[in-house]
Amino acid sequence: MATIWFCLVAFMLAMYVVLDGFDIGAGIVHLFVARTDDERRTVIRSIGPVWDGNEVWLIAAGGTLYFAFPGLYASSFSGFYLPLMMVLWLLILRGTSVEFRSHVVSEIWAQFWDGVFAFSGVLLAIFFGAALGNVVRGVPLDASGHFFEPLWTTFLPAQQTGILDWFTILVGLAALAALATHGALWVWLKTENALAERARRMAQLSSWAGMVLAAVVTITAFLLRPSLFDNFSAHPLGFIFPAFTLAGLAGITFELYARRERLAFLASCVYLLGMLSSVAYSLYPRVLPSSTNPAFALTIDSVKAGDHGLRVGVVWWIIGMALVAAYSVHTYRSFAGKVKLPEAGETY
Amino acid sequence: MEEALTVHRLQFAFTITFHYIFPQLTMGLALLILVLKTVALGSGNEQWNRAARFWAKIFGISFTMGVVTGIPMEFQFGTNWSEFSKMAGGVIGQTLAMEGVFSFFLESSFLGLFLFGEKRLGPRAHWCASLMMFLGSWLSGYFIVATDAWMQHPVGYAMQPDGSFALASFWGLLCNPWALWQYAHTMLGAVQTGSFTMAAVGAFYLLSRRHIEYGKLFIRTGVIVGLIAAFLQLWPTGDGQGLMIARNQPITLAAMEGLFETQYGAPVAILGQPDVPRRTLDNPLMIPRALSFLTYRQWAAEVKGLDDFPQSEWPDSIPLLYFSYHIMIGLGTIFIAALLLAAWLLFRRRLFHARPMLWILMLSLPFPFIANTAGWITAEVGRQPWLIYGLMRTRAGVSPQVSAGSVWFTLLGFLGMYAVLAMLFLFLVYREIEHGPEEALPNAVPARAAG
Repeated sequence: MATIWFCLVAFMLAMYVVLDGFDIGAGIVHLFVARTDDERRTVIRSIGPVWDGNEVWLIAAGGTLYFAFPGLYASSFSGFYLPLMMVLWLLILRGTSVEFRSHVVSEIWAQFWDGVFAFSGVLLAIFFGAALGNVVRGVPLDASGHFFEPLWTTFLPAQQTGILDWFTILVGLAALAALATHGALWVWLKTENALAERARRMAQLSSWAGMVLAAVVTITAFLLRPSLFDNFSAHPLGFIFPAFTLAGLAGITFELYARRERLAFLASCVYLLGMLSSVAYSLYPRVLPSSTNPAFALTIDSVKAGDHGLRVGVVWWIIGMALVAAYSVHTYRSFAGKVKLPEAGETY
Repeated sequence: MEEALTVHRLQFAFTITFHYIFPQLTMGLALLILVLKTVALGSGNEQWNRAARFWAKIFGISFTMGVVTGIPMEFQFGTNWSEFSKMAGGVIGQTLAMEGVFSFFLESSFLGLFLFGEKRLGPRAHWCASLMMFLGSWLSGYFIVATDAWMQHPVGYAMQPDGSFALASFWGLLCNPWALWQYAHTMLGAVQTGSFTMAAVGAFYLLSRRHIEYGKLFIRTGVIVGLIAAFLQLWPTGDGQGLMIARNQPITLAAMEGLFETQYGAPVAILGQPDVPRRTLDNPLMIPRALSFLTYRQWAAEVKGLDDFPQSEWPDSIPLLYFSYHIMIGLGTIFIAALLLAAWLLFRRRLFHARPMLWILMLSLPFPFIANTAGWITAEVGRQPWLIYGLMRTRAGVSPQVSAGSVWFTLLGFLGMYAVLAMLFLFLVYREIEHGPEEALPNAVPARAAG
């Protein structure tokens, strides 16, 4: 039962990264690819009707994590206290920038919110990447399942680790590149003309940077924590996840040259899903490894909730997700196609 | 440790109080927009559609504020109250996760359709979108109230060997009798906030002699819906909620009423200031025997006072509890009186020319927000010193390794950020009111994207 919930929570988090990833990514590339006010309005409009629903995946994943693995929720959220609070503030900035930009017709107002949108997108990507880096590397858990780690130390290798240090920031930069690619591909998919072309070139640039960074991160992660390889050597079937990752990367590169925006965006989704499932696969059954003593690692069995609750949960979770799938298909279909700005004098 | 506990509590109290300004408005407006859309659909009168579009804009702004301030609430269970989360997550995580899965997806999907899709959907489907939006926001309210109700009156759980709580009865948790009363009482409060806001904007239009037709429509809708909600708020829901407290939290009842000594035929204090060290109520104004009657339906019944319980079990801030309860009750009573008068004038067709009454309606805008906030303070301070009533003390729930300094840092951060958000909210809503409902054409709603 705990394994099922491990997969379900991982699925919800992955959905969050893939869906809200393009909102955040659109923010990262916003200032570079969209130059005029019309272009910037087009970018904002492309995520306007969906970003809120995408962010709900984070809330729902957080809630599900809370109910299925309360021990993990308690330990990780309180251990990562300051960085999580900063993520919350960045999410507030991102949400208000998307929603409030269009309320006032003023150049200064629009420029301010464009800046906030880009700033929060860049930092959110780095923070989410750094969070993943911490989970992969492990945190100094004690026997009671608590940990405290400084927000940063000296940033040098071979020093005491911090939540932000050379390794986690490296993962953060890899995430920044991956989400920038994802967001640029989304903008390419949803727009036309000069804006779409600039987005395509941005995706090309960031996908190369992303590949280099992802390779460096993968190698350093295995050097830092060789045990990440254990599940793969025990069950080689798991190589299917890294294979998906590579296929996604190849797909992005190929489709960018072939100029097929829909397939390129799908390839980027496959890449992100492959990356996250590879990480989840290598961690299982651990959910938060310990950097001090492997025996203190939090595993799904040490942090799970009572069995009755987990069993009941599966029932409503499936019903709920079927409904979510229905709404999401409906929403994305309603807003499918390239974004068109209303012409002057027209209301829509 | 003691300081950290205080700052953790302050941060939660501040962020939840600020957050709840917005959901109460959106939940109230969700019902009122549904009313407006229903009348529009039934009568085919375009004016009601325009009114719905106008309120949808304000709904959209408030909804955004609710979303961005709501996410920190869910995270804070883990960041600031990790011991509580570890012990109780298996139970209250259920309702919180269900809120995300069942209500937030519903709400966010249909809000997009409601704001953008009026032309494409046609009148019937657009009415449906407003119904779904209403269901989503009211469902979300239920899951949150059920979560709080479990902390007030834990049911349907089993104690695990390690001391944590596991879910034993799913329907027991969802159908907690405390949750049913508290939900009805809370939602009626939200409806009053929405109604007073609508009536106040209408009164503002009539007093400033603009958008007269819409002003009348807003006042009529606000006063009628608000009056119904105000009566139901008092009885049966306020009464039912009070009886739940009397039966399950007798110490809280005594502290709310400022009743220090156990009495037969206990009075209700209308005014007075509790002096906790001397255990008296200063400057009291009492209705004799009323408390006994309200609690036990007998004028002479015995009501336990605080002196019957050890001081360690008392809520830790009796004056705050006493005053927030009295502010809630006092405002609730004033609302009934004001709305009755307004409804009588409306019935006599004199309301739209009765400028003093219009002034009262306009100036009443902040008070339902205050009453709702005071109600929640009553519930949450009344639960103290327990985090889960009778099971876990508040001091046992905090995150042990988060220092007071860290929480000060984030509390100050929230104060600053929310001050800016509050100004933005007032600015944007005022602009919409100033702009008025006349030009609210279909799909001209820019609330969720550039338009």
